[in-house]
Amino acid sequence: MSQGLDGPHPEARNIPEGRRSPEGIRLDPQNGADHERHRTVISALVQHEPGVLSKVSGLVSRRQFNIESLTVGSTTNPETARITLVIEESPPGIRQVETQLEKLLPVISVRELDDDAVRRELVVLKVHGEEPDKVHAITEMYSGTVLDAGPRTITVEITGDEQKIDDAIDAFAQFGIREIARTGQTALARGEMWTTDAEEERYERT
Amino acid sequence: MSDHVSTVHTDEQTTTTTEAQSDEGASPVTNGAEAVVAALKNAGVEHLFGVQGGAIMPVYDALHAKQEQLRHVTMAHEQGAAHAADAYGQLTGEPGVCMATSGPGATNLTTGLADADMDSDPVIALTGQVPTDLVGHDAFQETDTVGVTRPVTKANYFASDAETVGDMVGEAYTLAREGRPGPTLVDLPKDVTNGTTDSVPVSPTTPEYHDIPETAAASAVENAVRALSNARKPLILSGGGVIKGDASEELRAFAIEHRIPVVTTMPGIGSFPEDHELALEWAGMHGTGYANMAISHCDCLLAIGTRFDDRLTGGIETFAPEAEIIHVDIDASEISKNVHADYPLIGDASRVIEQLQAAMDEEPAADQWREQCQTWKEAYPMTYATPEDEPLKPQFVVEAMDELTPEDTIVTTGVGQHQMWAAQYWTYTEPNTWISSHGLGTMGYGLPAAIGAKVAAPDRDVVCFDGDGSLLMTIQELSVAVREGLDITVIVLNNEAVGMVRQWQDAFFDRRRMASEYQWVPDFATLAEAFGAKGFTVREYEAVPDTLEAARAYDGPSVVDAFIDPEENVYPMVASGGNNAEFALSEDQL
Repeated sequence: MSQGLDGPHPEARNIPEGRRSPEGIRLDPQNGADHERHRTVISALVQHEPGVLSKVSGLVSRRQFNIESLTVGSTTNPETARITLVIEESPPGIRQVETQLEKLLPVISVRELDDDAVRRELVVLKVHGEEPDKVHAITEMYSGTVLDAGPRTITVEITGDEQKIDDAIDAFAQFGIREIARTGQTALARGEMWTTDAEEERYERT
Repeated sequence: MSDHVSTVHTDEQTTTTTEAQSDEGASPVTNGAEAVVAALKNAGVEHLFGVQGGAIMPVYDALHAKQEQLRHVTMAHEQGAAHAADAYGQLTGEPGVCMATSGPGATNLTTGLADADMDSDPVIALTGQVPTDLVGHDAFQETDTVGVTRPVTKANYFASDAETVGDMVGEAYTLAREGRPGPTLVDLPKDVTNGTTDSVPVSPTTPEYHDIPETAAASAVENAVRALSNARKPLILSGGGVIKGDASEELRAFAIEHRIPVVTTMPGIGSFPEDHELALEWAGMHGTGYANMAISHCDCLLAIGTRFDDRLTGGIETFAPEAEIIHVDIDASEISKNVHADYPLIGDASRVIEQLQAAMDEEPAADQWREQCQTWKEAYPMTYATPEDEPLKPQFVVEAMDELTPEDTIVTTGVGQHQMWAAQYWTYTEPNTWISSHGLGTMGYGLPAAIGAKVAAPDRDVVCFDGDGSLLMTIQELSVAVREGLDITVIVLNNEAVGMVRQWQDAFFDRRRMASEYQWVPDFATLAEAFGAKGFTVREYEAVPDTLEAARAYDGPSVVDAFIDPEENVYPMVASGGNNAEFALSEDQL
């Protein structure tokens, strides 16, 4: 059996008392290191090429980021697409999502959107059609559209922020929801601000 | 064969002359495969490591006429090709090129690419693929290579037409070496490489938005320098990025001028001379006790080119728990990934050290700290028991070979106990003398890496330390070393076991040695002879120097089968996820 090495036993050593948080932040009573998770929206302008969504989703799953939704669609420029991620992470985690995304080759620019960003989500839901008038009334109440109405089912579309969609789904539940298809959020920066850094130079007036 | 799509660049490409580094300038091309070879030639590639096969045959055919300029080393297995390219890339700073056919050829490459990815080594892989009209049909020897390698490459490409394939290879080559290096791959369908084109690849470029930071922001440098100057217990942590960023010289000058002690990571071995008084050698799971004490007690850690791997940090909560951290890295996504950086400096290692050097006008007042570091060096010496009788201690063999070889000798290793002894008991004083598999921990890395190293640096001594278990994973590459006449010395630290696993089973699994001890291992000396190499066996202390010298003196590959104490273990050791300051010096301390 190996005898090992010489030197003071661990118990005889001066071991520092300081500690770090699981995020690797020094726990300093003055600064604190309390990082609550919160939901936020990240927009990524990417090259519109095969495999880009796979690369982004692969990164997300491999790094174990907590993703609520991920949507993708074309932009004014046929060479680019926009990916919108809703994530729930601590601020250091959000920075990591941004920098890791930026490292992917087809990703052009990334930004976490401000709280006042315009965010929308779409739900298409199919309810039982026994009470068409009531379904119609609820649909109007949520500024929705009836897409299909038959003797047994009615399919409607509601667009809005996440809270509105949640509320609408609750309201339609009284009729019995047969099926539901819900997109994730998609979003743009409000007003004249460009959503990510590279938008302006890649903008093509359509 | 599917139709080719012409691109808007076609005319430009056919008329653009390249900045070819070859004497002949840009050669005309007639098909995609020739465009691939022209791109490699443009980039200045001199060596390739690969294995032939059906889907990559057009590229090999295009290489046939260029054998004088592009020397192809035929490896025994694609994994060997990737590891050889990896070591070659590390030593030359230019991407090592490996090639394989589709399907099993490509999947065999994958381990080597994953290894290069973890260690940020520049490698470009070229893989054959079934013709595009068969892709997705489960054709013979088809694999979704791009899909399989996506998580283990820096970038990968599927070539879709002969017109652009040359430029694609050029871009992949450039990406592999620029910024934080890493492996890239271009998958080459057979119809694309066979496809007609006269498009000569242009000089490689990368997307303009993919910009690499050079220097850190001046204000960030100022703040970092203030923190470092005010420190009473400053410490430099020099990572593999210092070597890859060619910043060892700048690092030495900075540390020595400001008299700041230096620990390295394991990939950073050689970035600072281990025989210097400021050197505390490497930290982490099997690093020195003094390096781990210094990391645990420092109040300001200047970490350069490291990703704070868990083998280095131990448990995050106890890693450098009282230190402000200045983190220099060229990859912004490394900042605060594992350990929060109080002062992030994003940029090229050598440029940022120059910035720090220019901004630093006050040496930290750290006399007491330096003295403390020396005390730790004395308190936790790297020693081993050398009994009078056998069996041999592996550390003795490592030290004996170090004494016999010049300072610039390249050491490669497999993965396991032998790797740790080779790192601990050899004194590294120069960058690019230590080539090992760090992040992925790939058993079998050592021999093919030695081949790549010897091809890259034919005038330097190359010594591969391997374990019996590790060597058996890629021993077929010995045939390549013989065929190519490569003068490398393989030293097998033979304990007839997967020693590191056995050590862990003893320590953490109540000595249940399941599948870690070999009931029988081949006679490596005889096996070496069967391959056409020179074989040696050594069991006694007295015979070690002469045997090693004879192996070294042999002009060609030699293998020394050194029977070591099978019960010898690696210490110090920080338990996985443990506190670096609580490193164990023997099993009963774990």
